[in-house]
Amino acid sequence: MSELTPSQTVGPFYAYGLTPKGRAKWDPDGTYSWKETVGDNLITPDVVGDRIRIEGGIYDGDGKPIPDAMLEIWQADGQGRYSNEPGSRNLSNAAFKGHGRSACDKDGVFSFDTVKPGQVAGPNGTKQAPHIVVCIFGRGMLRQVYTRLYFEGEAANATDPILALVPADRRDTLIAKKNGTNTYRFDIHMQGDKETVFFDV
Amino acid sequence: MSLIYPRDGLSAYPKHLTPDYKSTVKRAPTKPLILMPHTLSEMTGPIYGHDAIQENDNDLTKQGKGEPLGERIIVHGYVLDEDKRPVADSLVELWQANACGRYVHLVDQHPAPLDPNFTGAGRTVTDKNGYYKFITIKPGAYPWGNHHNAWRPNHIHFSVFGHSFLSRLVTQMYFPGDYLFPFDPIFNSVTDERDRARMISTFDLENTIPDWALCFRFDIVVRGRDKTPEDMH
Repeated sequence: MSELTPSQTVGPFYAYGLTPKGRAKWDPDGTYSWKETVGDNLITPDVVGDRIRIEGGIYDGDGKPIPDAMLEIWQADGQGRYSNEPGSRNLSNAAFKGHGRSACDKDGVFSFDTVKPGQVAGPNGTKQAPHIVVCIFGRGMLRQVYTRLYFEGEAANATDPILALVPADRRDTLIAKKNGTNTYRFDIHMQGDKETVFFDV
Repeated sequence: MSLIYPRDGLSAYPKHLTPDYKSTVKRAPTKPLILMPHTLSEMTGPIYGHDAIQENDNDLTKQGKGEPLGERIIVHGYVLDEDKRPVADSLVELWQANACGRYVHLVDQHPAPLDPNFTGAGRTVTDKNGYYKFITIKPGAYPWGNHHNAWRPNHIHFSVFGHSFLSRLVTQMYFPGDYLFPFDPIFNSVTDERDRARMISTFDLENTIPDWALCFRFDIVVRGRDKTPEDMH
């Protein structure tokens, strides 16, 4: 018997509470305001590493944009360090948190400004290729889905222990494509021929 | 303390595809999810401490120029892991409709009034015992387009973090005895009655403040267990 509190959908109206300064237009007449705690710009003054922008869209089984999805990302810093360690709630954080949250606009478009993460340890002494954990919430999603974002042209992708678990013909759905100097494109398809790989975690 | 995140407790969660909730049909993954080991990337997670909040962020009756309309309530409880240990110093976010069942959102077209003194958003950080507390207004029920005459039971949305990115949880808190429960496909997406019961707050007379506000208790249990010696070999 589980003791967990069950998950429920974030619903269509999360923007006011969760992403008040984000892309979603929510304020009916401009009279409301609310501070933001978690946003889509992860850059901090002390950040080290290659600054990048990640842009993408999220699409449903008909290929239509999902305007009310919300994405969260979790990543290591440019040197491959997470801002906390497993099981500890007491470590001091560097200013770079490695966590971001983006609403989607009417076209299902989201974005993050961050740094390219370094490599981190994988299972059994392996090393993981640079990657970002992506968590997707939305109306019509009763629980979040987890995927990963890897980077095009990264040699370490060939030996990444998690990518190796994914059928070869689907790995490409996890690779963000270079789109200009410091920008990567990462589209998410919930269903269809191009359905993104989602993980059972 | 070293934590593990067993998958068996996830049996309480809804299935991604729950056709009675129509929006899941085109948004649920159709291919099998890829089973993967938990790595450092999943077993770490963001920390938002007391610097993330300001005074009155947890009191939704004090965010406007005057008091919002509706039934003032206290909502409090503990954020715990699966061993019932507190998740201390952790961000809890909340959002909800106003007393008339209307959200501050352009997409919400329910013909019920907005309240200029009620935003419907709050946040707080748990203390060392995992305890949180909000003061707010009881949200109204509201119609939605899922099926003919569909109404959502009164609910408050919660977002919590827990010990790692695996324990990230977004859920909804319901109120005891709601007559809309049998008709709501989102509530009933949790198929076991015992699991559904953990989404329903309990009326808390002991912490109800005389002549001021009713109180409801809502404990939130997120993923994470202590790694016991049996698990080590």
